Amino acid sequence: MEKNVVLTMRGITMTFPGVKALDNVDFTLRRGEIHALMGENGAGKSTLIKCLTGINAFEAGEIHVDGIDGAVVNHSTMDAQKKGISTVYQEVNLCPNLSVAENLFIGREPKTRLGTIDWKTMNKRSQKIMDDLDMNIDVTRNLEEYSLALQQMIAIARAVDMESKVLILDEPTSSLDDHEVEKLFGLMRKLRDQGVGIIFVTHFLEQVYAVCDRITVLRNGQLVGEYPIAELPRVKLVAAMMGKDFDDLEAIKSDGVQDFTNAEVLIEAQGMSHKGTIKPFNLTIHKGEVVGLTGLLGSGRSELARVIYGADRNQTGTLKVNGKEVKINAPIDAMHLGMGLLPDDRKAEGIIGDLSVRENIILAIQAKRGMFKLLPMSKQIEIADEYIKTLQIKTASRETLIKQLSGGNQQKVILARWLATNPDFLILDEPTRGIDVGTKTEIQKLVLQLAKEGKGIIFISSEVEEMLRTCSMLGVMRDGAKVGEIREELTQEGVMKAIAGGGANE
Amino acid sequence: MKKKINSNTLLLLITIALFVVMYIIGCIIYANKGFTHFQTFLNILINNAGLLCVACGMTCVMLTGGIDISVGSLIAMDCMFLAVGMEIWKMNAMVLIVLVLLIGVIFGIVQGFLIGYLQIQPFIVTMAGMFFARGMTAMIYSKQISVSSNAWFVAVANAKIKIPFGSYVNNKGVEQIPFIRIPVVIALLVLIIVFLMLKYTKFGRNMYAVGGNEQSAIMMGLDVKKTKLKAYMLSSFLCSIGGICYCMNTMSGSVQQALGLEMDAIASSVIGGTLLTGGVGNVIGSFFGVLINGTISTLVKTNGKLLSSWSSIAVAALLCFFIVLQSVFAKIKDGKK
Amino acid sequence: MSNLKKLTSKRLFLPIFCMILVMMVNIIFDLASGNFPFSFFTISTRNGVLYGRLIDVLNRGSEIAILAIGMTLVVSASAGTDISVGSVMSLSAAFCCMLLAGFGVSSATQLQMPLIVGVLAGILMGCLCGVFNGALVAYLNVQPMVATLILYSAARAIGLLLCNNLIVYIRDDSFKFFGGFFGPVPTPIVIAVICVAIMSVILKKTALGLYIQSVGINKKASRIAGLNSERIIFLCYVICGLCAGIAGIVNASRISSADSNNIGLSYELDAILSVALGGNSLGGGKFSLIGSIIGAYTIQAITTTLFAIGVSTDQAPVYKAIIVIIIVAIQAPPVSAYLKQRAAKKALAKGVN
Repeated sequence: MEKNVVLTMRGITMTFPGVKALDNVDFTLRRGEIHALMGENGAGKSTLIKCLTGINAFEAGEIHVDGIDGAVVNHSTMDAQKKGISTVYQEVNLCPNLSVAENLFIGREPKTRLGTIDWKTMNKRSQKIMDDLDMNIDVTRNLEEYSLALQQMIAIARAVDMESKVLILDEPTSSLDDHEVEKLFGLMRKLRDQGVGIIFVTHFLEQVYAVCDRITVLRNGQLVGEYPIAELPRVKLVAAMMGKDFDDLEAIKSDGVQDFTNAEVLIEAQGMSHKGTIKPFNLTIHKGEVVGLTGLLGSGRSELARVIYGADRNQTGTLKVNGKEVKINAPIDAMHLGMGLLPDDRKAEGIIGDLSVRENIILAIQAKRGMFKLLPMSKQIEIADEYIKTLQIKTASRETLIKQLSGGNQQKVILARWLATNPDFLILDEPTRGIDVGTKTEIQKLVLQLAKEGKGIIFISSEVEEMLRTCSMLGVMRDGAKVGEIREELTQEGVMKAIAGGGANE
Repeated sequence: MKKKINSNTLLLLITIALFVVMYIIGCIIYANKGFTHFQTFLNILINNAGLLCVACGMTCVMLTGGIDISVGSLIAMDCMFLAVGMEIWKMNAMVLIVLVLLIGVIFGIVQGFLIGYLQIQPFIVTMAGMFFARGMTAMIYSKQISVSSNAWFVAVANAKIKIPFGSYVNNKGVEQIPFIRIPVVIALLVLIIVFLMLKYTKFGRNMYAVGGNEQSAIMMGLDVKKTKLKAYMLSSFLCSIGGICYCMNTMSGSVQQALGLEMDAIASSVIGGTLLTGGVGNVIGSFFGVLINGTISTLVKTNGKLLSSWSSIAVAALLCFFIVLQSVFAKIKDGKK
Repeated sequence: MSNLKKLTSKRLFLPIFCMILVMMVNIIFDLASGNFPFSFFTISTRNGVLYGRLIDVLNRGSEIAILAIGMTLVVSASAGTDISVGSVMSLSAAFCCMLLAGFGVSSATQLQMPLIVGVLAGILMGCLCGVFNGALVAYLNVQPMVATLILYSAARAIGLLLCNNLIVYIRDDSFKFFGGFFGPVPTPIVIAVICVAIMSVILKKTALGLYIQSVGINKKASRIAGLNSERIIFLCYVICGLCAGIAGIVNASRISSADSNNIGLSYELDAILSVALGGNSLGGGKFSLIGSIIGAYTIQAITTTLFAIGVSTDQAPVYKAIIVIIIVAIQAPPVSAYLKQRAAKKALAKGVN
């Protein structure tokens, strides 16, 4: 084994029914480096991690860990942990009902001579771990009393304290704000200097360049290559991940900024809010206008849309649709007013997994008609077939269960569900998340076309470029409040400035 | 160290307050029927020693986020086995007791395996267990049978352990010394052991972890399946101990015995602050739950005119109240996030 | 081989297979005991009414079939079961008989009010119980089985209170109708057929089925798509209570009395077993009503067979409990994953050869 290498994976291959998820993938991790594992959704990042940690079984290939003779096969996360491979996932995998100290030590609690748990030692050692990491935490408190970011750091602290040689961070930053991310990076650098090899999986390009030493890129289950960070500028990284150039995306620039101030007003929100998620806001949307909401995750961009739609109850203020004041108690009320919401969490709030594509498509239109007016089967088939064709949904048949479709096609089905209701106003929350570039472009084109037909649209995306391409106005969100609107300065820089806020001295 | 009162401790406080209030009301209304005597309180313990054992096991299972509704039937089966063993098979009582405990463990292992390793819903499994055990009771013996011939068992069941204080002179001028029976001692020992186990052993903490967030528990490397299996094994084992206590109290076996006891046990745990969703709870709370349960039935009995159905309705109503309370607390907590 | 696989993967395979199995057992049993081998299927007429073991199964299975309708919906929408149905049956019967006989009367020859009012009131009581269960489950998010556990123990007790701890006998022929005969056919069969027919029409002509399945599979997504998830789950429990009410009346009419301690005893097990036997997952989601109904009659056939073999009423649950466990164990994720894996390996081995 090469010197300084803590982990090598060679020729890892694994198939899911019908799909080759990993095809002969190599990966090498050295001591004291932060190694980014990059790739689009479905590239095989998480599958590779799961093969390493024993959640998935791989069919071919070998894993070698420093200090262990022979090939290693893990059968469970516990197995992996014993061999010095710890993982921290996107969702905090700790128990909220236990104290911080217990969460740090569960499974390996210090024992007294009687074989019982030694709470005193456990609390003392936990406090020391927290203090060493400059975290101001009372370890006897229950975990649920701390913020998500702190919980994430505690999870990392737990992983690190197990004397791991390999630390896997699987999208740990997606629920953290900038300040917290910076703190996390500090922790990562500290660990790197102590000689831990860190595998960092993330979607945020900036973060990769801020903290990583090396990048491995996967695409469609295959290894594209391993690069030192200096040799792979951003554009090349993106090209490597996507396997194609930007030309396709460039082609759908919107026809410059349009002025909608004189157009008919479709939606007018005045001081609407939902306690704890979004502070009172005003928003006006005209017919044919695409309004973007930008801000960091958790800034209230999804929550704003949810309040308008009635997915979260509006607690103050008023909403006018087509000039008339309305009251929305539940999504169905909003639907009757011609609204539709494509939620950001497709799996949890979008698809009905065990129902067919047809049933998923007609669900909203059926809900709108009411229980007693069943859509005749011939009509259902007609609608389903129409949208399968126009949106080019790739499915074996209209009776295929939606859960068997790929993410992009599932998203199209949900989109079809709303288009079938012929809405005047559509909220698209992260419609392009986790789907391939081709479909992304299609969806963006569709959004512009819908706007042309005179529909009002709220478009929410983490990718600023995408919104610049489609939106004529951007609402800027920060800390659960709408803090501004951008109409003129629709450039990446302008948006970034607006999101970051006025306090430039940070 | 200062600790905030959170909703969970609040639930426990409500329970203790409820018990005290209920008992005082009983003392005031039924003062002339001897409710104020210390012995009345001890009788609650004597009558509910079996329930206390079962409730301890139930609490453990509920901590993992599960439930065990087979306990009532298992007790009936245990009692019937003991009674038939002593009266018809003429077996040694000690041997029978060991066998009953063994049956409990095996029963628990089967249920635990189905729930932990085959991931079947606890309710379905233990419901099947409930009908299985009740049916088995009928298979062992179909009629009612009372225990009288085994001298050792009768002696143990009738043994009084006198308490050196709280005595009083009754209206005939005889001094009544308060006493408890052996099952109470067994039940209190079970309570203490389970309390210590939950606090100071790995298995105890693992149950909390599994109930708190099962996915996390797996990710943190805990053996969730084994923990569940052990929890159900423990529940059935404690239930068998409870069954022996129960038998010493009733001195009989019948198919209809301990009908609805699972309800009392679950109610005791829930009233005692164990969350139905798992992860939060304590046997001390369950102890007060059992006391409340016992007080209700004692109140109904002391009244004399009320049908015994009232006590199960009251327990059900109380359970309903606490379930609603938990649900409201959970909603408030969600709202805060 | 592939044909067999196709057959076993059909939704209704499990209930029909079990049904055939039970019939086979009957035939073998009859053969062994020297009877006419198909005596299970013989239908004759005595005193102008149909008679035979098959009729007996259909007749006795009516209550289970009626319960299975409601239970199927509850399981599908809320991924939980309503274990209070047996007790609710008893409460409905008690309420109905108490109204007909008058409070505290243990034997009535004269009805205190029109029969139909009493019967409807009994059924309404069932609905009321459904409302209680539904409110707890749908609006307070209590786990279904814990919520229904309350009435599981309380409903029987309330029934006893209503009857003043007595068994109330209604000695009036008109009351016997629901458990008696409608022409040559036992009335319970007719009632069950009507209930199933009504529900089938509702499922066919309205979107209720789609709504229930949608909510059962993904509650949050259904809400976003405009469904009122809570109301649908609530509705399922009310329907389940309604079914329990009807079943309770039928059962009371059969024995022309309200015996709170015995009506509907262990029917919850039968109802849940029908749903599981019908090929429906107890984890909620997709359902087949016809499967459950076939399941219900299969259960009754099993019960009748057990009795014929000489198993007592008290002992029968042992076998049913074992059947439940076997069915859910086969459906259990780890087991089905294992079976799939084995099948895949076999297929692979075949491919190599």
